[in-house]
Amino acid sequence: MELKRVVITGLGTVNPLGNSIEEYWEGLKNGVSGAARITRMNIELHKTQFGCEVKNFDPTLYVEKKEVRKHDPFTLYAFAAAQQAIDDSGLDLDAIDKDRAGVIWGAGVGGLQTFYEEVKAYDLSRPKFNPFFIPKMIANIAGGLVSIRFGFRGPNFTTVSACASASHAMIEAFNYIRMGKANLFITGGSEAAINEAGLCGFNSMRAISTRNDDPATASRPFDKDRDGFVMGEGSGALIFEEYEHAIARGAKIYAEVVGGGMSADAYHMTAPDPDGKGASLVMKWALEDAGLKPEDIDYINVHGTSTPLGDIAEPKAIIKVFGDHAYKLSISSTKSMTGHLLGAAGAIEGIASILALRDGIIPPTINHFTDDPEIDNNLDFTFNVAKKRDINYAISNTFGFGGHNATVVFKKY
Amino acid sequence: MSDIASKVKAIIVDKLGVDESEVTNEASFTNDLGADSLDTVELIMEFEKEFDLAIPDDQAEKIGTVGEAIAHIEANIKK
Repeated sequence: MELKRVVITGLGTVNPLGNSIEEYWEGLKNGVSGAARITRMNIELHKTQFGCEVKNFDPTLYVEKKEVRKHDPFTLYAFAAAQQAIDDSGLDLDAIDKDRAGVIWGAGVGGLQTFYEEVKAYDLSRPKFNPFFIPKMIANIAGGLVSIRFGFRGPNFTTVSACASASHAMIEAFNYIRMGKANLFITGGSEAAINEAGLCGFNSMRAISTRNDDPATASRPFDKDRDGFVMGEGSGALIFEEYEHAIARGAKIYAEVVGGGMSADAYHMTAPDPDGKGASLVMKWALEDAGLKPEDIDYINVHGTSTPLGDIAEPKAIIKVFGDHAYKLSISSTKSMTGHLLGAAGAIEGIASILALRDGIIPPTINHFTDDPEIDNNLDFTFNVAKKRDINYAISNTFGFGGHNATVVFKKY
Repeated sequence: MSDIASKVKAIIVDKLGVDESEVTNEASFTNDLGADSLDTVELIMEFEKEFDLAIPDDQAEKIGTVGEAIAHIEANIKK
């Protein structure tokens, strides 16, 4: 079977750096931190009192006012990104074959805020739950509702692999199109876990930074004094489209998707394999899938969450896969700016990789102060300042709790 | 308007996002006020909470209009 080519023809996002692709990319290029003290809830007694919140988000731009309360924030973020991506793509929704247009969406948790609020409100003397509890909370609802909005009747499901969710979604969308099973997808992911349950839950795992006196520098991947990730939230949507379909309608093409890899650490519930075995395997599979050699890759948007263990394992895996070429790669963790969007991370980091290819600009890893002797600092982490570099191939790594790894390969168009 | 009627109407305005003027006694939740099956269940639950009532499913199914809701609550509210 001859595989079809897949291109990206539309982008959308709501994230801690901005509520549009333009704002997001400006923030990334300029090394802006999206972190600040959390304002939406009483945070006084919390161990971690900051995060990378979405700011000034107006859901009524995307949903009728009376519908807003029926949706968890992770769905509202999905609506926003998907609508932006569809608008950006220039697709004529009346002209396309909607039986061959699908939605494959990623969510690590789903409606955590809805779950928390409804369970908290449960009253044993009146044992009933709100009828919207289940449909608002389930992780697949965002993808389902996006398909309803646009009338897309093609393949539709949600990938749940913690922080690798959106990357798994993109690889699935890529595979369905290249096998000829669909013409286009809205893919990506969304997450909204900055709430009491999300923050305290990750706090108890000692996974998130507690640098309350200086939130803006808390996400410092590969720095010696990193102390955990910073919670982010938001969404990223990408239109993946079969190449001939895009050409036939004269679509604007951002970049091409050329491969995807998946693996598991098979090691521990939350800790990464210290030698990066799963992480090196996923990059190896991704290159093989794309038919590329390690030397072809120019840029890696790394998982790099700013956790003590993860940031040691990933560079080891890169050196294992790329050998001497590892030192010629540009590497950056945009989580230093956006925080960690969990199930949506792969979506906004895929978008960052695509824009890096388009514009020849490598976004930086901000907040680097002190080298960590346990990390090979001969690697080029693009510390603190963005760099101009024309690149042809970029890969985006995402690794999730549970040991799920997914890597997507993008090519300049 | 009775106290009960005004509270019922306020709940409907809040939950269904409709204009107060649309919430007449004759208005049907599903046909006139745009409610779906989940909205209707939620409304009944809100009435139960507000008026400290238990409305069994077989009776809830008979409440289709604003007026029927007010009548049911007025007849069953704990005095």
